[in-house]
Amino acid sequence: MSNVPVNNGRRRFLTAATVVVGGVGVAGVAVPFIGSWNPSARAKAAGAPVEVNVSKIEPGQLIRAEWRGKPVYVVRRTEKTVSDLAKHDDQLRDPNSEKAQQPAYATNAYRSIKPEFLVALGVCTHLGCAPTYHGDDFDQFVEGVSEGFFCPCHGSKFDLAGRVFQGVPAPLNLVVPEHSFTSEDTLLIGVGADTSNGDA
Amino acid sequence: MLANFMAWMDKRLPLTDAWNKHLAQYPAPKNFNFWYFFGSLAMLVLVNQILTGIWLTMSYEPSGDGAFASVEYIMRDVDYGWLLRYMHSTGASAFFIVVYMHMMRGLMYGSYQKPRELLWIFGMLIFLVLMAEAFMGYLLPWGNMSYWGAQVIISLFGAIPIIGDDLTLWIRGDYVISGATLNRFFALHVIAMPLVLVILVFLHILALHEVGSNNPEGIEVKKKKGSIKPEELSKFTFHKQYSDKYDIVDAIPFHPYYSVKDIMGVAGFLIIFCWVMFFAPEGGGYFMEAPNFEPANGLKTPEHIAPVWYFGPFYTILRVIPDKLLGAIGMFSAIIVLFLVPWFDRGVVKSIKYRSKLHLFNLIQFSICFVVLGALGTLPATPLYNMIGIIATFGYFGFFVALWFYSKNEKCKPVPERISH
Repeated sequence: MSNVPVNNGRRRFLTAATVVVGGVGVAGVAVPFIGSWNPSARAKAAGAPVEVNVSKIEPGQLIRAEWRGKPVYVVRRTEKTVSDLAKHDDQLRDPNSEKAQQPAYATNAYRSIKPEFLVALGVCTHLGCAPTYHGDDFDQFVEGVSEGFFCPCHGSKFDLAGRVFQGVPAPLNLVVPEHSFTSEDTLLIGVGADTSNGDA
Repeated sequence: MLANFMAWMDKRLPLTDAWNKHLAQYPAPKNFNFWYFFGSLAMLVLVNQILTGIWLTMSYEPSGDGAFASVEYIMRDVDYGWLLRYMHSTGASAFFIVVYMHMMRGLMYGSYQKPRELLWIFGMLIFLVLMAEAFMGYLLPWGNMSYWGAQVIISLFGAIPIIGDDLTLWIRGDYVISGATLNRFFALHVIAMPLVLVILVFLHILALHEVGSNNPEGIEVKKKKGSIKPEELSKFTFHKQYSDKYDIVDAIPFHPYYSVKDIMGVAGFLIIFCWVMFFAPEGGGYFMEAPNFEPANGLKTPEHIAPVWYFGPFYTILRVIPDKLLGAIGMFSAIIVLFLVPWFDRGVVKSIKYRSKLHLFNLIQFSICFVVLGALGTLPATPLYNMIGIIATFGYFGFFVALWFYSKNEKCKPVPERISH
């Protein structure tokens, strides 16, 4: 090779040009491969809102609805539960719901539209397990708080407004999805009270 | 006839040459012990996984609606389907036992030290791909533990700031784990990962044969050319590639000496493997977990969620750190530090046999911590277990930190020139 006449400047230019053009080509080809991993149109369409009849829920009872394949917890809180919510604020990470884990209309002391009904995704904000509901024996996890959610996977704890306790792996309060009441008894999950239709 | 055929082949493909270079004339140290079974056993299990895996795909249905039922179909209706599946599921656990032993061997005898750093890195890449392969494979039966195990592990990527949520959505291909996730995991499990695995194993062996095998003494058998008296050279003929460059002592050809020894290892291994496969295929709930006998249910997390035993150590590290991002970082660091062992260890003496008591103690405490972390990973998270987990996590990472400090000026015993037995 050494005695072959070579124009090194030209060779470098051609090499660089080939690498650049080839690189653009590779990046272009990567687009469909990466893009095909996004949720398909069918998966996106499956995110339709769901209706829940709340008239039959007893005080203190939890029912599970399914929305976008995720469990949505609907709890009818007792008056005592609602009034007790403020008592353990000092044990919570985000007692005033400052992080955007809920729509604006649920950014209040109860994290809900009606104080009576908690609507929250049953998806732990740590690694996505479904926390279990403890309607009267939660004080085994947090002294003095008789109801809440306990995540069996890694021990995260939430109160009955879905607010996370301190000292657990979950960083954030449970997500309150967009929801609204289309009548006194009918809860619509997936459509917000301010007629917006997006994610919380 | 055969000689003519081989001559014809050798003119067109270096068959005999490759056979000699890697088997019949490969100089292997003469003092391999029990711990040297696990390399060949890992290959055996890999072949088992690939073969049984191909056969399982013939009856398995990779879809959210059909997966669970098709596994039951394999177990009940397909002739020998139960056997093929148990060979595959027991093989998965056996793979990790064998690989962990193989890694332990490397740590004991310093097989990662210069010049074998790249060999170790290829091995670690194999381990990493193997974990991905096992994780994806565990989703395929579409049981409830499959589902929630995948949910937890994929959510780990959500801990990455800014892009985390979009990344998990992209990995799942849906807002929750669904058939879309199952299908892509199936594709990766049966095509992509096995291909990568086989290529890495090939590179691992190629790199091994370039630098030569270590041994329990940590003494090289390839000496500088001209440094050994002719009468002390090994009596065997080794391939030119080795003997032209080095004077070879205390070595024997891999084939037939170690191929025959490894057959003994295979026999012993298969006795244990078959016993588990036929009499305890569920491994007491550790190889196959109870909640996985009900179909995936996205609304109900099993009461006690635990990874399969071989992920236990890393899972415990994730769990004892009470912060989502730091927990994930801790878990991945536990694997990254293993990659870096060749650089944490600044010593020159390889084998534990000639190293300090401190090193022996450090390696023992590391092994104990690893086992404890593994056990805790399968148990529920109580405050006591958490406390033990934190101590064991410190022990695990402490191994590497301590190694870096003491290995620089470690007091070792003198290492002999030659392997004396």
